Amino acid sequence: MIKLDGINKRLDNFQIKDINLQIKPGEYFVILGPTGTGKSVLLEIIAGLLLPEKGEVWFGKQMITGLAPEERMIGMVYQDYMLFPHLNVKDNILFGLRVRKLRTAEQENRLAEIVSLLEIDHLLNRSIKTLSGGEQQRVALARALIIAPEILLLDEPLSALDPNTKEKLQQDLNRIHTRLGTTTIHVTHDFNEALTLADRVAIMDSGRIVQVGTLEEVFQQPKSQFIAEFVGSKNILQGEIINEDSEKMVRVNNELTLEVTSEESGEVKLIIRPEDIIISRQPFTSSARNCYLGTIAGLQRRLSVVEVKVDIGVELIVYITYRSLEELRLKEGEEVYLTFKATAGHVIGTGDKSA
Amino acid sequence: MGRSLFDLILTLLSAVLLFFILAPLLKLLVGSDINLILTTIQEQEVYQSLLTTFKASLVATLITLCLGIPLAYLLARGTFFGKSIIEGIINLPVIIPHTAAGIALLTVFGSRFFGGRLFGYLGLEFMGHFAGIVIGMMFVSLPFLVNEAKEGFRAIDVRLEKVSRTLGATPAQTFFKVALPLNLNHIISGAVMMWGRGLSEFGAVVILAYHPMTAPILVYERFTSYGLKYSKPIAIIMIMVTLVIFIGLRLLYSKEGRGEND
Repeated sequence: MIKLDGINKRLDNFQIKDINLQIKPGEYFVILGPTGTGKSVLLEIIAGLLLPEKGEVWFGKQMITGLAPEERMIGMVYQDYMLFPHLNVKDNILFGLRVRKLRTAEQENRLAEIVSLLEIDHLLNRSIKTLSGGEQQRVALARALIIAPEILLLDEPLSALDPNTKEKLQQDLNRIHTRLGTTTIHVTHDFNEALTLADRVAIMDSGRIVQVGTLEEVFQQPKSQFIAEFVGSKNILQGEIINEDSEKMVRVNNELTLEVTSEESGEVKLIIRPEDIIISRQPFTSSARNCYLGTIAGLQRRLSVVEVKVDIGVELIVYITYRSLEELRLKEGEEVYLTFKATAGHVIGTGDKSA
Repeated sequence: MGRSLFDLILTLLSAVLLFFILAPLLKLLVGSDINLILTTIQEQEVYQSLLTTFKASLVATLITLCLGIPLAYLLARGTFFGKSIIEGIINLPVIIPHTAAGIALLTVFGSRFFGGRLFGYLGLEFMGHFAGIVIGMMFVSLPFLVNEAKEGFRAIDVRLEKVSRTLGATPAQTFFKVALPLNLNHIISGAVMMWGRGLSEFGAVVILAYHPMTAPILVYERFTSYGLKYSKPIAIIMIMVTLVIFIGLRLLYSKEGRGEND
């Protein structure tokens, strides 16, 4: 277990304040926050690359606040790869084993294992200058993982990649974590990464941890306006993809299936943005594939919109304007129809195809 | 003012400066008597002085590699009190008149002073000896190497060294396996500059060690004793040899430099 106890650090541009966190063994923990909130500083403190001004870092029962990074058994991966430009792929990956003076046979064994895990066997003798971004990040991951670190620290590892590469590597991160079970702390500003990967998340803002919990907790009960806005979407449903006459559906529970467009399969998360849902008194025919009768469970007046909570078997949040509220004369407990297009549902795979 | 007119003015002004460098050199080289140069270079005094010059500057550069690269690394990576003062000190030899530098060195390394005495026990004398030439050259030319190496270290992303630490390398291993190899080009370039600058040193060397004679001092002596005609061939030889070595190393370096940036 990693424990951060009252960590404080001030640097030129950043300041992190009173950080308390506990990360469980084997957990995939995502620290989520906008750029410039000090997430990387926090990672470097865990790595031992920076000393906190106040506070303690614990690995299990050992207090390691002042321990040198080379004595910590950590792997670090940066957004822009940070491969050694004077070494080829193989020498980059073997760097950590060579400084530890491992026997050559053992080095070769571990190398073979890690390159097949990351699917980079064919790159071994290449110069790193000839690699694409995705390939470089795989090499960087292999280099970090080959030393069998107790903790893997990922600093925006997917942020520099193009969307396709990013999605593939995201799935691979999932697969690798399932396989190796390395405790992982992943820092990002992109909550889609958290959706796919995280067991738990911490939201960070202006150098502070403002909320810690599972994704569902953070999405459904954001502790502040900032968090609600940062995580963006309110409606996250857990479900399973089913195929029905060439149409893709997400079964949320026994009563409710929603139509979506997606290439995913198995267990998924479905996100519907509150502004994409239409409320009406009567059902109406349109091209939108989803139309459901529900009961208004709550009305919340916000600055520019009204937040309507409607129960259609699950609770969905819908944003409407004050004008619409007046015209429709909505009240709690009344029945309304919710309509949204299949394309409004944002489907995110969880990598678990067996379900 | 039009762009092309401005370009023309820039080009003309640059050309004047280049002409200022090249005209005297070319004037000296072109039209010189090849036979005279060949006989001159065979004079024992002449080739001995050339050899002394190259050797002394090489030794000065090697010593500075050992002492200056650690300093360059500290200045590039460390944050400590007085860092900018140290950076200023490193540049002092560039601005002090070199004869004054020679005098200053004398007050430490002269046989009656503590530096001179200390090394005297080791059998090393400076005044009028090879070692005196070395410290004279070293004093005035070390900023070239230290500054170049410092800029090189500074240009390396510090996170490369951080990754190395997380992979289990100690600070020393990180220096030798990451920082040093990545800075090799700058270090070579700085060493060549320092060596070249050391060769040409006159002011500090003439105070510390008139003998054994280095080539710049020999040129000066022949000029004052015998006039232009007798000093010219040595000057030409000096210029040609340094140009050949300098251009050769530049070519080698730029080839490596290209490889690194591909």
